Amino acid sequence: MTLEYLSVRFTGAWTALGALAQHKALRTALDARQTPNSIILDGTGVTQWDTGFLVTLKALADRCTKNSIQLNSSSLPEGAARLLNLATTVTERKGARRTAVVDPTIAKVGKGAIALWAEFESAIAFVGELTLSLWRFVRGKARFQRSDLYLTIDECGPQALPIVILISTLVGLILAFIGAVQLEQFGAQLYVANLVGIAMVREMGAIMAGIIIAGRTGAAFAAQLGTMQVNEEIDALKTLGIQPMDFLVLPRALALILMMPLLCIFADIMGIIGGGVIGVATLGISPTLYWDQTLSAITLSDCAIGVVKSAVFGVLVAIAGCMRGMQSGRSASAVGEAATSAVVLAIVLIVVTDAVFAVVTNIIGL
Amino acid sequence: MTVVPPAQRKPHIRLEGLRMAYGDYLIQRDLTFTIRESDIFIIMGGSGCGKSTLLKHLVGLNRPTAGKILFRDEDFWGTDQERRDVIVRKCGVLYQSGALWSSMTLAENIALPIREYRGLPEENIREIASLKLALVGLAGFEDYYPSEISGGMCKRAGLARAMALDPEILFFDEPSAGLDPISSRLLDNLILELRESLGATIVVVTHELASIFAIGDNSVFLDPESKTMIASGDPKDLLRSCKDPIVSKFLRRGAEDDSTNGQGA
Repeated sequence: MTLEYLSVRFTGAWTALGALAQHKALRTALDARQTPNSIILDGTGVTQWDTGFLVTLKALADRCTKNSIQLNSSSLPEGAARLLNLATTVTERKGARRTAVVDPTIAKVGKGAIALWAEFESAIAFVGELTLSLWRFVRGKARFQRSDLYLTIDECGPQALPIVILISTLVGLILAFIGAVQLEQFGAQLYVANLVGIAMVREMGAIMAGIIIAGRTGAAFAAQLGTMQVNEEIDALKTLGIQPMDFLVLPRALALILMMPLLCIFADIMGIIGGGVIGVATLGISPTLYWDQTLSAITLSDCAIGVVKSAVFGVLVAIAGCMRGMQSGRSASAVGEAATSAVVLAIVLIVVTDAVFAVVTNIIGL
Repeated sequence: MTVVPPAQRKPHIRLEGLRMAYGDYLIQRDLTFTIRESDIFIIMGGSGCGKSTLLKHLVGLNRPTAGKILFRDEDFWGTDQERRDVIVRKCGVLYQSGALWSSMTLAENIALPIREYRGLPEENIREIASLKLALVGLAGFEDYYPSEISGGMCKRAGLARAMALDPEILFFDEPSAGLDPISSRLLDNLILELRESLGATIVVVTHELASIFAIGDNSVFLDPESKTMIASGDPKDLLRSCKDPIVSKFLRRGAEDDSTNGQGA
């Protein structure tokens, strides 16, 4: 025997919190009863209602469609009936709802590997395109705005100088402190000058400048290009037949290649000065002696290695920043991710490349 | 929540001599008009006349350089920040491109304001979010990110978010911009339906003539040249009787004389 109909009467205020508590009670009450052929909703006693009431009605309506029960909502408050109608008229699009699929570990590892390979491929492609773009530049066929280049040069050169000076002076100071404590045990304080000089010129100047530029300019490149991606500005360039590689990436890469050696030289000098301050102030070495000692310690090839490395780091920062920016997704969080990953990638590349340089120069005996 | 006829509606928002400017650059001045409860109020005017700026002033994003905005006789800028937050929370805004938070799914977009201000249990919040999406015809799209759905759907999801806190006033910034005529018509119908069922006051910034005549009860026309309002009233009456050549030209889609009028509601 089936139940002909069930009448559900709503009374009083059906607003947010209270309504949602009642909503559960109604569900249990319906569960306890037989499935009727139809449900009649009586809302004449409702004095006040809001979304909470609608949630209850919607749940009831969904239940009715699922069990093919007829629903009579004619005596609901007018607005509520209309909204219920609106919420139930557009039926869910088939396949729209998502079910979460959890991959087994082996599949995760496989997908990770494939993603890594794809990323490697796209990086190679990016470097290739940049090389072609540089070739076009050399032949004078690359199209970009000179003013863009000057602006970027200003941004990553002169404007980065104060922070480079500050950091490299402090690095020189720190190196001198560490060296002084150790070398004093052998009475070889004077060799602090050698230690600071060689370390700054060969390694630290380039690395510090590289890391600062990665954090400052690399992140800015990724954020700029990422935002342009979001605004479809890069698409606009492409449809005008302008290569984004030439127009956006090339000036940035050129600016960094030009500016990084200069920043590196500044960093070298400031580091040596920082070390000198410690040598003069705490070890009692005279400034001229310190200077002479430094000059005799560092060789031209030390300087050249540092400067060449810094130019390479500039290219790496430009590649990491621009590549991540160009690959960025079209949302605010994607731009953030692009900037973060640009900096991380640039720093990793800088350190790895520096290690490669160390091994190679050791082998060829420089 | 039945909607009363226009003549009996009480004032909801009142502007008194509002002046808007960015620094020294004047946008509009001497704006005085009233938006009644349950009205669909149209802010219209040519491009660059300050329609969207006016909307920003109405929702409290920008501060007027002179004049008052009164919500139910309460001076918005004459009261303290706490009170202003309460008033703003009664407003829902649909931005031009939806302005959904891109790092959240549609359900999370709608859930955020509810979670912040309603303190409901999580499962109920989810139910409310699903209901709001169903109201705008997006049932089943709870777990999509804004980047995965079309522009029109983003707009409707934006509307669902604007309705999250059951606002008394809904603001629409160019609702039909970027929509095809059919979607735009459907959105108009949805706006009408929401007004009928919620009794909410609706303020629409638009220059779509079809929408203006289809849904507007009342309107104000902003002129970029004289930098003030040059007409107000029911858009259908304005079409019939407004003598101002600029307004009349606008409402007739550039045609100056009556004979070519093809834009009637």
